[in-house]
Amino acid sequence: MKFAVIVFPGSNCDKDLYFAIKDGIHADVEMIDYRSKSLDAFDAVLIPGGFSYGDYLRSGAIAAHAPIIETIKRMSALGKPIMGICNGFQILTEIGLLPGALIRNRQNRFICETVDLKVKNNQTIFTNEYEFDQTLSLPVAHGEGNYYCDISTLKQINDNNQIIFRYASDINGSIDNIAGIINKAGNVLGMMPHPERALEEMLGSDDGLKLFQSILKSHMNRVNL
Amino acid sequence: MTEPTAEMIQETKLYKSWGLSDQEFQTISNDILGRLPNYTETGLFSVMWGEHCSYKNSKNVLRKFSNKSERVLAGPGEDAGIIDIGDNQAIVFKAESHNHPSAVEPYQGAATGVGGIIRDIFSMGATPIALLNSLKFGELDDSHTRYLAEEIVSGIGGYGNCIGIPTVGGEIAFQSRYKKNPIVNVMCVGLIDHDDVKYGKATGKDNLIVYVGAKTGRDGIHGATFASDEFTDSKSTQRSAVQVGDPFMEKLLMDACIELVHEHSDWIMGIQDMGAAGLVSSTAEMASKASSGLILELDNVPQRETEMTPYEIMLSESQERMVLCIKPEYEQNITDFFTDKMLDAVVVGKVTTDGQYKIYQRGKMVCNIPISGLVDESPEYKRISVKPDRIADSKEQFRPEIKSLEDVWLKILRQPTIASKEYFYKTYDSQIKANTVVQPGSDAAVVRIRDTKKAIAMTNDGNSRMVYVDPFIGGQMAVIEAASNLVAAGAIPIGITDCLNYGNPEKPEIFWEFEKSVSGMAMAGKKLNIPVVSGNVSLYNEFNETAIYPSPMIGMTGLVEDIDNVITQGFKNSGDLIYLIGETRNEFNGSEIQQLQLNDVKGSLSKINVDQIKDRFELILDIINNKLINSCHDLSEGGLAVALSEATFENKLGFKCEVNMPKEYLFSETPARFVVSVSKDNQRKFEDIIGNNGAKIGVVTDDNRMNIKTIGAEATIELSVAMSIWKEAISCLMKKN
Repeated sequence: MKFAVIVFPGSNCDKDLYFAIKDGIHADVEMIDYRSKSLDAFDAVLIPGGFSYGDYLRSGAIAAHAPIIETIKRMSALGKPIMGICNGFQILTEIGLLPGALIRNRQNRFICETVDLKVKNNQTIFTNEYEFDQTLSLPVAHGEGNYYCDISTLKQINDNNQIIFRYASDINGSIDNIAGIINKAGNVLGMMPHPERALEEMLGSDDGLKLFQSILKSHMNRVNL
Repeated sequence: MTEPTAEMIQETKLYKSWGLSDQEFQTISNDILGRLPNYTETGLFSVMWGEHCSYKNSKNVLRKFSNKSERVLAGPGEDAGIIDIGDNQAIVFKAESHNHPSAVEPYQGAATGVGGIIRDIFSMGATPIALLNSLKFGELDDSHTRYLAEEIVSGIGGYGNCIGIPTVGGEIAFQSRYKKNPIVNVMCVGLIDHDDVKYGKATGKDNLIVYVGAKTGRDGIHGATFASDEFTDSKSTQRSAVQVGDPFMEKLLMDACIELVHEHSDWIMGIQDMGAAGLVSSTAEMASKASSGLILELDNVPQRETEMTPYEIMLSESQERMVLCIKPEYEQNITDFFTDKMLDAVVVGKVTTDGQYKIYQRGKMVCNIPISGLVDESPEYKRISVKPDRIADSKEQFRPEIKSLEDVWLKILRQPTIASKEYFYKTYDSQIKANTVVQPGSDAAVVRIRDTKKAIAMTNDGNSRMVYVDPFIGGQMAVIEAASNLVAAGAIPIGITDCLNYGNPEKPEIFWEFEKSVSGMAMAGKKLNIPVVSGNVSLYNEFNETAIYPSPMIGMTGLVEDIDNVITQGFKNSGDLIYLIGETRNEFNGSEIQQLQLNDVKGSLSKINVDQIKDRFELILDIINNKLINSCHDLSEGGLAVALSEATFENKLGFKCEVNMPKEYLFSETPARFVVSVSKDNQRKFEDIIGNNGAKIGVVTDDNRMNIKTIGAEATIELSVAMSIWKEAISCLMKKN
């Protein structure tokens, strides 16, 4: 299985994701420039955290117009797994692959800490290695991680089981403590916490590992069908 | 605007308002140039001969530091010091002060401090792996101080978080002397392979000088001179001297420069960041290092404002700019390389052999001065040094008054200097790069080096109360405290960078503080074999004639050979035995409890036996490397009472202790002591090694209580009570309006 890590100007968790794939699940991975036109060689797309284009205007807003975005949308239409973490999640909402938006944390400050979240749907290609309602300990690091959507969208994503992770307690004002959601088709995940920083006990938690293992396993199952 | 002529400058003594003395102006005119300097030239001399660039007031004192050890690859004089860590790898680190800019424009002042120190690291070719900071503010009951604290912390986080370097540690202290003159010291640590080290040299006739990065504007002009002046209520125009940072631009610049050094090392002769005193300081120093001359064409310098004068272009401290010296045949490759990274790279000059600094604008020569005069012949002053009256000679110790031990204990935990700094450090991304093994809040931060067993421990320390009370011993204590932090994490201290923050050195009593404290630091550094490889001096930290406490900051790095041996301060298991290593003495002068009870610090400090402390450090490392202890915490402000409390917070484990000392001694601040916890299985082996260097004082419990018996007293505190006081003290103070 081959992963692409998209690198925008200002991405800064790209290498962490690269190492997560290479050393964490020992799969193939390549860093892909934001100007690339093709992702045909890849089975999955990872959009890293960071401050793409300095978060100027609004986080993710300028990246949403980068050349590679159209290619990512095509990958999504083909049903390929796409995961955006932190700034990647913000970009996915900006380009409309995921509903809602990430606004300033309610406390109006950046927060960096390791928080508990619950797996609310383990029947996805991203979470099948977790137990339902399992508590994960994952780092968050964001200033604009306050997930917001309107009431009807909230009802929809609830009804469709699109809420994948919820914080165990309110950390930033996110509606219904939403930490991560999936699209309706089930192939695009956006989450604010950083699983790529939680792959080793030595760093405080290895709860992120199963997320990457889930993607790999789902792929293998598909290939072997 | 028409610029004043050379004669007018002499006549009106304009140079004085830029910080040059009459004597210095005469030296420039008579000895160096043999004529009067023009407006531009006077400006260049005034910044290059300012304290910030020339160290004219401090260099004869700085020579006291030892910058040698078997690990030192490069010491002071480069952008940053370099220390060998084995396997062809090295760490590159430096600290820098941004006190003055942060006082007037706290967010940008602090942010550009971070940006500047990061450039110092990647300009050597190193990849930054961690940031630290040391902050000193006034008391939080003052609304302006709260504003400064909030904005400064936010500026540090804003820059570091965006560029993607973890801010892993530091210190924050509070004292009214810093009210209008906060201390903002930032440190950056980078990792490099020996072969990739680049120096800032402009060498080789006809090689080209290339300007890379952000455009030049009028921001920060005379920032370096401004840093060498005092604050008063009446000077309000200084805001314009603060630069504005763009961490996104620096991220592009950093990644590009690191890639350039790694992939195209053959294209470049030298690389240097533009920091204080911008284009003049960077290019003149590059030429000076290679005894070259330079020609600069200012029309080629990318400018973001129109009608800029040579003086403004040369002195601008616009951020996120670098200078390269390249071989001419690679000019096109270089411009293409940077264009691809969305950066401007423009040839602005070339290297000559005549040793002259020649600057042209619109075909006209605007400067022609010898580089040696500008860089190397700056004056050196031995300022007058007089011992201040407050320095006590008597050996008398402050006697704390303790009616209720519980009460005093909780009060101490609530003091902002002691209380958890989580409110601030939680706004820093400390985990990015996924290498941070020990996060903020422990004795030292630890960052692992990927694909090796090694890790780097680092800390920023400097208890200015102790330095104020006794500069020499306080200076020693700053080094010892930093080393204790690293040792407690399981690291061997290997190098120091410093920020030396003091008042106006032209005042004899201030100079005495400076001189004595540097002597103390130098002496301790030498004895402990920890060289000083880089640093920064910040003088004139005064407001309305009142100086800050003498505030040297020690930024220390340590090497962990085997990451499995890294240890943290928190107790790990109920039932583990608790030991106190190092003797506790009747020492309360300069302590937290003295500050609490007198609202002042005074008295003399006791002599320190550094050799004995060195042995103790070796002992601690020995027991850590033999995996005999489960936690290790060094004692500092607030003494044993605070150290024991902090050891309980990490895993919410309590303790039951009994010490053979009076209750006051729980707050003694005798340096280089450690609290360690040991599992019963290791008790015998452990006791055999420590002998009489330590004593068993109790046991870790799971009853959510801290209980301690002293001679004639006993105190019990619920863990939840202590913890909430300690954790919330600062956020409570910050939320006042």
